[in-house]
Amino acid sequence: MSPLVRHLAEERHLDLAHLSGTGPGHQVRRIDVESAEPVGARPRISPRARRLAALAGVDPATLRGSGPHGAVVGRDVPFGTAATGTPAEPIVPAEKSAPAEPSAPAEPVDRAQRVRQAIGERMSRSWREIPHYHLQTTAELSGALERLARRNEAQPLSRRVLPAALLLHAVARAAASHPLVNGTFVDGRFTASPRVDLGVVVSLRGGGLLAPTIVGAEHLGLDELMIALREVVGRARRGRLRSADTTPASLTVTSLGELGVDAVFGVIHPPQVALVGIGAIHEAPWASGGMLAARPVVQLTLAGDHRVSDGLAGAAFLADVVRSLQEDAP
Amino acid sequence: MTATTDLVLRLLVELAPEIDPAGVDLDRELRDQVDLDSMDFLNLMEAVAAQTGVEVPERDYPKVASIAALAAYTDARRG
Repeated sequence: MSPLVRHLAEERHLDLAHLSGTGPGHQVRRIDVESAEPVGARPRISPRARRLAALAGVDPATLRGSGPHGAVVGRDVPFGTAATGTPAEPIVPAEKSAPAEPSAPAEPVDRAQRVRQAIGERMSRSWREIPHYHLQTTAELSGALERLARRNEAQPLSRRVLPAALLLHAVARAAASHPLVNGTFVDGRFTASPRVDLGVVVSLRGGGLLAPTIVGAEHLGLDELMIALREVVGRARRGRLRSADTTPASLTVTSLGELGVDAVFGVIHPPQVALVGIGAIHEAPWASGGMLAARPVVQLTLAGDHRVSDGLAGAAFLADVVRSLQEDAP
Repeated sequence: MTATTDLVLRLLVELAPEIDPAGVDLDRELRDQVDLDSMDFLNLMEAVAAQTGVEVPERDYPKVASIAALAAYTDARRG
């Protein structure tokens, strides 16, 4: 692509990776940039509605908004897939976000449809090829959250750590000592990953999802992981992922807690062999020592690949995540 | 609308461009009317701090649940 085209696209805040080219070899030409829909012209849709729509596989632009000035908000999205338990795991790896398939020339690209198609193909392959098993456990978080609150108390805003980072940190640490959930299965052979390259599912403001990778996540301290998470979420949402962000992940985490669901049962993202789901941190009755109390808890799930591990190995991994949350963190 | 509520509203819309500022009820809890995740909220707190110098500690998050409350909180503490 020519520098002029690149410049035009940047001027219009267009994500080049999402433009389809009509030039020779699908090169992006000036006309492609000029005919692309500028970001500012999109309909009013709340981030929550976008996330829900992406999960439900609905193009939010087709929905009727009930919010202010017809804005599409969360309640407008028919979210049947989650309610019925249909696997709707919305994972698109970052490297898949670029249009790999040539599209018909001169047609405006329906990005939501393309993303949905990419998700569908990848998840169909996963479901067809990977014999999944699913595990769920509950982590009681009162101690971890209290320690986190005390830690944040003494920190400026820029160094505050969110519970999301705490959970990812525990997952990365545990994954480092459980190779059977951290690797790839290619051509009938499993290869354990020497590092924990953690894919993190990020919902985008324009609809759709990306799973950029935090490389070597097991070596990051909590602060560093929080910084990495903020940066990678920011870059994903701005459509400016770096090449390191698109490193193939060795394990992916999907966190739907912000959408309010208690637990996520995921579909593994091939060639990976496991996927961790993190639900909403919420207060729930918790029995301990013969007493009931209201405590903050989170449901952690693991989807594992039976060709590589069994439920016992998966359970040991999840137990380690819980232990890490209760003992080390933060 | 005070200058600070105006500022906070502008920062919010910068963060989530789909929000119609005219449709935001300043006195109602933000999380009931706009969809922000915890990362978005942290970014809003940072944007407010960058403009006003006021950093809201986590324990005070319940006191800044609406735009008006956040603006009042900020006004009471800025020098």
